Amino acid sequence: MVESPLVRAALRIFTGAVMVFIYLPLVILAVYAFNASPLGGWPPSGFTLDWFGEAAGSPAIRDALTNSLIVATISTVLALILGTLAALAMQRHNFFGKNAISFLFVLPIALPGVVTGISLQSSFKLFGIDLGLHTIVIAHATFCVVVAYNNVVARLRRLPRSPEEASADLGADSWMTFRRITLPGMRTALLSGGLLAFALSFDEVIVTLFAAGPGARTLPVWVYSELQRSYQLPVVNVVALLLVLVSVVPVWIAQRIGGGEITRGGR
Amino acid sequence: MMRRITGWFNQHPRATLRALLAGPLGWISIVYLGSLFILLMHAFWSKDSFTGKVEPFNWTLDAFAQILSNPVYFTIAARTIGIAALVTITAAAIALPVAYYMARIASPRKRALLLVAVTMPLWASYLVKIYAWRTILQTNGLLGWAISPFGLEGPGLTEIANSWLVLTYLWLPYMILPVYAGLERIPNSLLEASADLGGRGWITFRRVIFPQLIPALAAGSIFTFSLSIGDYIVPDLVSDAKFIGNVIYDNSALGSFPVAAAFSFVPILVMIGYLLVARRLGAFESL
Repeated sequence: MVESPLVRAALRIFTGAVMVFIYLPLVILAVYAFNASPLGGWPPSGFTLDWFGEAAGSPAIRDALTNSLIVATISTVLALILGTLAALAMQRHNFFGKNAISFLFVLPIALPGVVTGISLQSSFKLFGIDLGLHTIVIAHATFCVVVAYNNVVARLRRLPRSPEEASADLGADSWMTFRRITLPGMRTALLSGGLLAFALSFDEVIVTLFAAGPGARTLPVWVYSELQRSYQLPVVNVVALLLVLVSVVPVWIAQRIGGGEITRGGR
Repeated sequence: MMRRITGWFNQHPRATLRALLAGPLGWISIVYLGSLFILLMHAFWSKDSFTGKVEPFNWTLDAFAQILSNPVYFTIAARTIGIAALVTITAAAIALPVAYYMARIASPRKRALLLVAVTMPLWASYLVKIYAWRTILQTNGLLGWAISPFGLEGPGLTEIANSWLVLTYLWLPYMILPVYAGLERIPNSLLEASADLGGRGWITFRRVIFPQLIPALAAGSIFTFSLSIGDYIVPDLVSDAKFIGNVIYDNSALGSFPVAAAFSFVPILVMIGYLLVARRLGAFESL
């Protein structure tokens, strides 16, 4: 179909406008981080780097950042182990109930986050498990498994089976074949899956609020409570910018090494 | 030792499968499904009217009675589903032209650039994007500043339309990406055939392209709808109209946990229904 020049121009302008719509808020945010005025009105008044110093010096922010890093690291490792095992089982074996199980792995992102959050909280409460960093890890690992699983499955699907068969024919047992053939083949998928899971965990707030106790705050939880308390805090602007960078940079790297297998799923 | 173990697994592929699945399946079934089940039980448990503590295995329908007797719950459920539907329709209306431009008009270089540009914000912190909109929408924010020459005021942070706007903003990429992939799959020959048979641009779009995009639109709508229906941060931060998620969150912290559990049935049932319809429309093949 040949579109008329008018239609083509209209579509181009519309797409451009949508891109502005998508990126404008992020730009505004970056501008505010350098705004001299502590009040959040527009236009900003003057340039300063003071808020960066203030954010770096705040113990509450440092604690929240440490918590976020701990949670994201442990959840990512757990998710990678569980996701890879699941991917190997689903991609290398055929069995009864396979479809139901693959649906099961996607369920934590298909149902709204608020449902996942309150479900986990209800069982923590019932079994008398105090809320803290460990409960956040359990929650994050649960939905990060999907990300790891999706990445590894996509890679296994593309990896040819013949080297594995050749390895077996040459007398290697299944462990040797896995270690020498399969694992190197999916190394970059593990790396990109891990980065995506890390970014997802670092940024999560909907489920986290249900799993976090009063003492255990991640960075997004800290931002949320600050936003609820006050209209606008200049330090929040700095943390917000940090959050964007920490979640976007790993994804950018993952995209470079993963070669377009990036699938995110919900939330 | 290792050799003996792997040798045994080699001869028992079933055991290998079981060993591989035990961890992940156990985790998802126990942690996730187990918790869902426990949540659903909470909806049927009573709570101590004095301390507010849940009394496990004390069966009652009080929570459901409380929800059904108060029309506010119905209003909130209807509002949430309505806004989620509106967000989905808006996102589809914006995504169609953008995806069309990306798939059929942009040069390959531009297309790759646009794909990254659309995917990237999906990962930029969710909370931060809401916060950015807060700074724009507040009375003395960018929007208020831009329209003040016309004698208009910024919308402030109470309007329910803010939730519609911000949710559409957040989930738009989830709609653009599958629609783009759907457009890529339509062979050129089909469009040429339509043109040869006299189908003008609009007719070709309506009669040839659009019907083929329905699975992709359904796939995108699963995300826009499900993520909107479960959101409680957006309505809390940019408007003062409560959503289903707010009722669940507020009740889980301070109010009645059984009511929170019982009200969770609404998003769960709506989403199950939605997924069943979406599957009939072929959405799962387009995910």
